[in-house]
Amino acid sequence: MENTILLGHGSGGKLTQKLINSLFVKYFDNAVLRQQTDSAILHVDKENIAFTTDSYVIDPIFFPGGNIGKLAVCGTVNDLAVSGAIPKYISAAFIIEEGFLLKDLETIVSSMAEEAKRAGVSVVTGDTKVVPRGLCDKLFINTAGIGFIEERYKGISTGTDVRAGDKIIVNGTIADHGIAIMAARNFGNFKTDVVSDCASLNRLTRDILDSNCRINFMRDATRGGIAGIFCELAEQKNLGIEIEESMVPVKESVRGMCELLGFDPFYIANEGKIILVVHEGDANKVLARLQQNEYGKNSAIIGELVDKHPGKAVLRTGIGGSRIIDMLADEQLPRIC
Amino acid sequence: MKYLDEYRDREIAGRLAERISALTVEEITLMEVCGGHTWAIQKSGIQSLLPENISLLSGPGCPVCVTSKKYIDQAVAYSRLEDVIITTYGDLIRVPGSTSSLAVELSTGGDIRMVYSILDALQVARENPSKKVIFLGVGFETTSPGSAAGIVNAAKEKLRNFFLFSAHKIMPPAMTALVDEGVKIDGYIAPGHVSVITGSHIYDEIPQKYGIACVITGFEPSDILQSIYMLTKQIKEKKFSVEIQYSRAVSPGGNRKAQEILKEVFTLRDDWWRGLGTLSNSGLTLNEKYSSYDAERMIPITFEETKEESACICGEILKGLKKPSECKLFGTVCTSTNPVGACMVSHEGACSAYFRFNN
Repeated sequence: MENTILLGHGSGGKLTQKLINSLFVKYFDNAVLRQQTDSAILHVDKENIAFTTDSYVIDPIFFPGGNIGKLAVCGTVNDLAVSGAIPKYISAAFIIEEGFLLKDLETIVSSMAEEAKRAGVSVVTGDTKVVPRGLCDKLFINTAGIGFIEERYKGISTGTDVRAGDKIIVNGTIADHGIAIMAARNFGNFKTDVVSDCASLNRLTRDILDSNCRINFMRDATRGGIAGIFCELAEQKNLGIEIEESMVPVKESVRGMCELLGFDPFYIANEGKIILVVHEGDANKVLARLQQNEYGKNSAIIGELVDKHPGKAVLRTGIGGSRIIDMLADEQLPRIC
Repeated sequence: MKYLDEYRDREIAGRLAERISALTVEEITLMEVCGGHTWAIQKSGIQSLLPENISLLSGPGCPVCVTSKKYIDQAVAYSRLEDVIITTYGDLIRVPGSTSSLAVELSTGGDIRMVYSILDALQVARENPSKKVIFLGVGFETTSPGSAAGIVNAAKEKLRNFFLFSAHKIMPPAMTALVDEGVKIDGYIAPGHVSVITGSHIYDEIPQKYGIACVITGFEPSDILQSIYMLTKQIKEKKFSVEIQYSRAVSPGGNRKAQEILKEVFTLRDDWWRGLGTLSNSGLTLNEKYSSYDAERMIPITFEETKEESACICGEILKGLKKPSECKLFGTVCTSTNPVGACMVSHEGACSAYFRFNN
């Protein structure tokens, strides 16, 4: 039945993984690509370079908390930052639909410039394409980014030092972005005060890396939500993960929206949240440091790596029960009844 | 009261679990019939709090799961018509038919729109007067009054391009059918939202004729645990009745207005349930007065013969005769990314829930 691309292939869940493995990695195959980390870590002369790319097709292009341009800068900066790199240079390629308003384009580009400045990166190259009306949805942006990593941080994106006993930390409330977007799309006619958490986190990651704490792994939790990270990490490290549901920060209004629509916040997109795995001896120090940062105020220790149930991520539910956390097949759909 | 916090309180859940354990009974099997309960039970990990002698079994209460493959094949056929817009609840989109699904048709250009309620579907009809807008009506008494109200509105507005393709079914024929088939059930965690509409008397036969405990249950973890306690107590004391645990939403008489609108618009018919076969007087179809809104009568269509996957045992899983892990296809050919049967597709299906939470 599956010989066409479905929306689910772009959802960041199992279908996406299947496509990546069975098509892209299969054909482009090389040692770096096989790592499938947020950024590729390359060794050029004596430098370690992190290199990443992302495309932004979000709808609506303007949403509470940002726009497609701000997102395009933050997303790429964050992919570099969670690899332990210092982001330096970004490219920006635009595919614009004929008829798109110049003033909207200017607003978006101006946001990108503002965010780049905030993050301390430069947009050094780019491209512009215009397609006839109807052949792309208003505006698509691709950004690629380069950063530099110190040798000692190279293992962070693959979690080479992750061990049982390590603590899992998130830097704030989850699912804000996805819910803000759903509300902006007028999905189900809901009004909410939730705003996208879209933000460049490189200064935050720099701050905790500079604290000389043992940060063993970082990944940013974008589409597909935080759940995917737990599943992948448990499987890759052949360790168990236990997450304490009651410790995971979720805004009241986000919780409410999720309940109404039948969604699980663990699977909803974020744009300003990272999952960190920290040596248990340093967890409290890292937490304190995160909480001092404007993008880490609601940070919390939410779980740990364990020797039990290797390869599986388990949730200790709010009522004291337990169940497995699985990856979603594709997009969540609202409940019937 | 924050509501979510109180009904998900860990201490309360713990105490309820203790009280359940304190009621010593032999091995008993409790069945939940509502997809929403399957989901809630799996999500909060309730089985892990229960003593070993209490087993929970998932029954045929997920409306998507019991919908026949033929219905999907017909919906797919409708979606291929040039002048048709399909409006549907989300979950139905991924259910596999014989050779296609609405998701696949959508990806190849079919005009299929996910709606949150029939009111959205009516709006699509108003905005597209030259198209026939078909709403896929699925669900039990929780959703069928909504469909009925939608049809009444369409008639009032004299909307000529709006149609209902009904797969609506009613409770409790499936519940009694299971027991008649010999499935061992000691107690029913009875539907919550269906009962808001119908009231509690529709289940009277279950304790009276079959000697099975019956508790109408809410959807929060504490609701379900309290209901399991009440069921276990009925079984231990051998005093069977229909009790309402979900008293904040369910009254014995139910929602009269909703019941009236169902009577106004629908009539009962024999219906085919995946896994159970034909159950008499278990499905809802539009009556004569509203027949001009019935897609089946107004838009004749031919389509390929429905092919059933022989190794798929959704039927037996729906009846609670087998667990998902006993299906040859489970987790191998039939997975959440590549579902074979409806039980895997639906968010609330037994296989889907089992796959996600116990894999």
